[in-house]
Amino acid sequence: MSAKVMEPDDVRRALTRIAHEVLERDRGVSDVVLVGIADRGDDLARRLAHEIRRIEGAEIPVGVLDITFYRDDIGMRAEAPEVHETRIPFDVSGKTVVLVDDVLYTGRTIRSAMDALMDLGRPRKIQLAVLVDRGHRELPIRADFVGKNVPTSRADDVRVMIDEVDGQDGVVVEGAR
Amino acid sequence: MNEHLLSMHDLTADDVSRILDTAESFREVGTRVIKKVPALRGRTVVNFFLENSTRTRISFELAAKRLSADVINFSSGGSSVAKGESLKDTALTLQAMGADAIVIRHSSSGSPLQLTRWVGAHVLNAGDGTHEHPTQALLDLYTMRERLGRLEGLRVAIVGDVLHSRVARSLSFGLVKTGADVTLVGPPTLIPPDAPAWGVHVSYDIDGVLPKLDVCYVLRVQRERQRLEFFPSVREYSRFFGLTAERVRLMPDEALIMHPGPMNRGVEIDSDVADLPTSVIEEQVTNGIAIRMALLYLLLGATKEDTS
Repeated sequence: MSAKVMEPDDVRRALTRIAHEVLERDRGVSDVVLVGIADRGDDLARRLAHEIRRIEGAEIPVGVLDITFYRDDIGMRAEAPEVHETRIPFDVSGKTVVLVDDVLYTGRTIRSAMDALMDLGRPRKIQLAVLVDRGHRELPIRADFVGKNVPTSRADDVRVMIDEVDGQDGVVVEGAR
Repeated sequence: MNEHLLSMHDLTADDVSRILDTAESFREVGTRVIKKVPALRGRTVVNFFLENSTRTRISFELAAKRLSADVINFSSGGSSVAKGESLKDTALTLQAMGADAIVIRHSSSGSPLQLTRWVGAHVLNAGDGTHEHPTQALLDLYTMRERLGRLEGLRVAIVGDVLHSRVARSLSFGLVKTGADVTLVGPPTLIPPDAPAWGVHVSYDIDGVLPKLDVCYVLRVQRERQRLEFFPSVREYSRFFGLTAERVRLMPDEALIMHPGPMNRGVEIDSDVADLPTSVIEEQVTNGIAIRMALLYLLLGATKEDTS
């Protein structure tokens, strides 16, 4: 069984709202940088930067972070987790870093991402923006900006599709039921 | 990928590109202020070097440390090996101390394979006799791909003492596997008789080969491994096979000059040639750390087959 919980327009509206919320919360974006978590989070971060430019007319730096080396399950799978590229062409020290990811689930990815960021500098603040929060946290982590809260069971599979990678936007919950 | 890295024959072409791609990410780590990631926290890597080495040992040590593994360096001088302990007993001791990976360099070909029969740890061959030196080959492949954008179709000459060179063997196997065109160049006494079976060309005339190259890979003249006189004199060798400034002019402008180190400047390569902008010898060393990080990560980052 699979259910579409976000249509392309829903994704667009959610990103527009998050862009407004970031601007409001951080009172402009002079010290804000976006860091997307590979893969898909980086595409969402670029989208968000585009929205912010459209609304505020301000350029906002975007980086991509790979958290593989910071995972807590290295050595627990048959194959070493695949490594992606990290490219953060700016100093994160003293900045408000908005981490961007597609789905917030256990929180373990975000824990890894915060550790990775701390090794790159000392951000003034770290905030979290996600397109989907599906619950079932295993760590005391919450998102600052959420596109949509989607109640799921642990057995469900939440698939976020992004135009750049998948040819169209959308969020699908594939249930094991 | 295999559990161990003993030979380039252990790797498929896909494995090679996965290793090179992974190394790419690790090179970024080397450019950070904090050049360290926690990927292998709590793992123990033993550098078991029973033959002299500077760059390979340091490179493996740095690679393991940048992955946050604990590193033990172990060499023959000043150890129980000097007291006459056998390779097997030494290996079992390292095993008993909880080594997750053993990086071995040994003057006897095949000793890394032998090691895998005694210990449960991952074994990485850091050079065994005149057999293979796969991590050197991989860092060379990485350097070529990085500089020239591809491996397939590259025309590479490996020049010098191929007979005694584990680097030449591993590199030839790796290049052939990835679709490059390899020519071994040297005096007939230093070209192994079975070389054509590797899928490479053989030439005794360096000047005829140089104009058609993308990479000229110069091997070290290994006097310490030569038990017989394979050429009349070092001077004669460098006249016929040394990469001189004059010979470099025969090469295409963009062609790379590579050497696995340590160099005998003035023997197999002229001092001026080693310092040319197309000479990437130092880049090879830098890339070696990233390659070894990638290998340690890919081997130690997976569950061992017997426990999964």
